[in-house]
Amino acid sequence: MPLSDADLQTILLTLRLALTVTCILLLVSTPIAWWLTKTKTFWKVPISALVALPLVLPPTVLGFYFLLAMGPQGPIGQLTQFLGIGSLPFTFWGLVVASIFYSLPFVVQPIQNAMEAIGEEPLEAAATMGAGPIDRFFTIVLPLAKPGFITGAILGFAHTVGEFGVVLMIGGNIPGETKVVSVQIYDHVESLQYTQAHWLSAVMVAFAFFVLVVVYSFNRKNVGLRYKG
Amino acid sequence: MPSSNLYHNDKIFAQFEVGFDQFKLDVDITIPSQGVTAIFGHSGSGKTTLLRCIAGLQKSESGKLIVNNQIWQDNTRFLLPHLRPIAYVFQDARLFPHLNVEENLNFALKRARKRSAPFLLDIKSSGNGPLGKKSLDKIIAMFDILSLLKRYPENLSGGEKQRVAIARALLVNPELLLMDEPLASLDEKRKQEIIPFLEQLRYEFNIPIIYVSHSVTEVARLADNVIVLHEGAVDSQGDATEILNRQQHKLDAELGVIIEGTVIEHDNKWNLAHVQFDTGKLFITNYAYTLGQVLRLHIKAKDISITLSQHHDTSILNILPAKIINICDASDSCSTLVELSLGRTTLVAKITKRSLVSLNLEKNKEVWVQIKSVALVR
Repeated sequence: MPLSDADLQTILLTLRLALTVTCILLLVSTPIAWWLTKTKTFWKVPISALVALPLVLPPTVLGFYFLLAMGPQGPIGQLTQFLGIGSLPFTFWGLVVASIFYSLPFVVQPIQNAMEAIGEEPLEAAATMGAGPIDRFFTIVLPLAKPGFITGAILGFAHTVGEFGVVLMIGGNIPGETKVVSVQIYDHVESLQYTQAHWLSAVMVAFAFFVLVVVYSFNRKNVGLRYKG
Repeated sequence: MPSSNLYHNDKIFAQFEVGFDQFKLDVDITIPSQGVTAIFGHSGSGKTTLLRCIAGLQKSESGKLIVNNQIWQDNTRFLLPHLRPIAYVFQDARLFPHLNVEENLNFALKRARKRSAPFLLDIKSSGNGPLGKKSLDKIIAMFDILSLLKRYPENLSGGEKQRVAIARALLVNPELLLMDEPLASLDEKRKQEIIPFLEQLRYEFNIPIIYVSHSVTEVARLADNVIVLHEGAVDSQGDATEILNRQQHKLDAELGVIIEGTVIEHDNKWNLAHVQFDTGKLFITNYAYTLGQVLRLHIKAKDISITLSQHHDTSILNILPAKIINICDASDSCSTLVELSLGRTTLVAKITKRSLVSLNLEKNKEVWVQIKSVALVR
């Protein structure tokens, strides 16, 4: 068996983290993407920039600020202590919260693009048939934006699997709690266990390749699902 | 909400003021809440904007809209589009691409307006919902879309899409049907395919229709009333026949007069029909008209000739006495337009200036008109 039990444990933890983050991200990103699609206010630009920030910031910067915010003196830390959840840094849920922000643009942007592509036309048509805003959102917007949701979910999942800097800053290296695959590979290399590092890295390369193939083939299949009169 | 059973007698009062960069719509109109009212005008005259204002899809700076005694919009209120008991047929059909034809129809049916007024005249009781299965079946049959039910919009032709779109609009059970150039995006052949369905609407459905169009032919075939828009303002409004004739003078293209008449007699020997209009009778070729049927006829100016005496040695069947009431220039330099009164009906003849002089035609002169052909508009 080329992968040790410790390696398998990191893989399972990584999958659990990515799955949790993706589910929460889909719920969080949908209203954000819809708001960004519809709003005509001044706030559209700064909010878009804020969402996209993790795309350009070094993950360590993000992780550093999260460490401060989640610490006992930070606003998030104070809140979690007040709620009786305790301290978030170096816990699984701390990683989840940080990962949500870190992967947010990868989910919001495909959904927003898909929603913008729908245009006003089908929504107006639905309104003249008596469909109210909520009805329209669930029966027109969500189904027509489906390709965006699938792309967003896959990218968000993959990006969470691949994160390293943020994990290192606020998660550390606790087996079964915060030790994800990328950190495990780093550990293997540090301790000169190149064979182990090879195997785990190969798994990651195969996974990333598979994800991208799925995304691209899916996007190609759905080119036709844009709104056409 | 809709419940008034008085609305047959009511009217639609609409007043809107909307301004864009280069364009301003400023109208104040009254529309009968029965029959087909055409909003007619060139592109850019504000027809679509007016229709969108009525639907609530376009907000106006100031506006007032009262439909069948219900206020849809005034200074303080604005009823959102989905709360207005309307249906809207868009120029580009706008079927939902993620639903097949049947699901598109069901989308409308599920949200159909509940109202007491019979909308399908021959359906007294319907199964479930405001419009039941029976109405659905009837509309599917009427628009001949049974074979399309499982297909997706992207696999439909333009004409098929538009038929589904009109069927879908009717299934909403509207109190007011708004149609925005439903034929404009179709080629001539497809137009001919849809027009009979639209004509059927007039007779089978008990709802007022506002029909936006820039085509004289469509308006002539479908409308009872016409509102002419020009650069965002009402140019004229009133009875379709009257307005169209006035417009025809202005347009000078396909110039002619539209008259309405009733089929009173069949001439089976020669396969002709006798049509009685205000002040006379016309022979037309018989296409299985029923007695009493009201026809709208287009008599083109170029198909009318004028003689000083009643000719009998001619192949022309329709010869009627008339009086010249006006003479004016046509658009080309060699022709002139002669307006002729036949009692309450006015015809226009396009003749050469040479004939005008050689026959010594002038105002108030009694003449005979020979009508070479009559085109049936509907």
